[in-house]
Amino acid sequence: MAIDVEQQLASLRSQLEERPGAKKKLSMVVFSGDLDKHIASMIIATGAAAMGMETVLFYTFWGTAALRDPKKRVGGKNIIEKMFGMMLPKGRNKTTISKMNMGGIGTAMIKGLMKKKNVASMDELFEVAGQLGVKIIICEMSMDLMGFKREEMIDYPNLEVGGVATFLADASESSIQLFI
Amino acid sequence: MAEYTVNKTLDCKGLKCPMPIVKMSQEMPKSAIGDVIEVISTDPGALSDFPAWAKTTGNQVIETKQEAGLIKIYVKRLK
Repeated sequence: MAIDVEQQLASLRSQLEERPGAKKKLSMVVFSGDLDKHIASMIIATGAAAMGMETVLFYTFWGTAALRDPKKRVGGKNIIEKMFGMMLPKGRNKTTISKMNMGGIGTAMIKGLMKKKNVASMDELFEVAGQLGVKIIICEMSMDLMGFKREEMIDYPNLEVGGVATFLADASESSIQLFI
Repeated sequence: MAEYTVNKTLDCKGLKCPMPIVKMSQEMPKSAIGDVIEVISTDPGALSDFPAWAKTTGNQVIETKQEAGLIKIYVKRLK
């Protein structure tokens, strides 16, 4: 009788620990390519990491462009891939705000305001994120569609390429899941 | 309010969200359990951010002061 109760307790405990969404963890999809949305996702990610949450970012679609390193050149692209390469922002500092961009004036104004008020820049946020162990997974399909190669992406301590299952495995054990 | 000594001061003047709590998260592991860190901030968001940070990380805000346009928050390491 007593052994049965102990077994049930042990089974309950492991079910509890392995239930979906249990971990102190944040998983976020970074789908949007706009500067303002990138800033929001990085502030949330670094804030979460600062609060001791395991943090994973999944960059897909338009968000992927922000991970390009403007200093890196990579060849071997076909016509369509070259076109995408030219039309999409070359890295996080070339992204623009989602509203009131006004041909670039809006973006310049926001950046100026942020600098004046000492708000952390995208460069600073990425550096801090790297220090705090924030993990970035780049969507393999997005890279393939837009012709981005792994070699043209930024140097970042915890960067890997993956698919939707990689992200969903992280998301299902996270207590916070976000889509930006 | 019980007496306590400040073991370390974290100057966060001029820093905006999320930097004050980021700095705290990097500084806290360097102190001993029971140590009190004084944060000096000019960011009004810090008033709610630090208690939230403390709650999630298992530490404690033992006092908050506002003087001369500065916000001073005292965080104790509990674990």
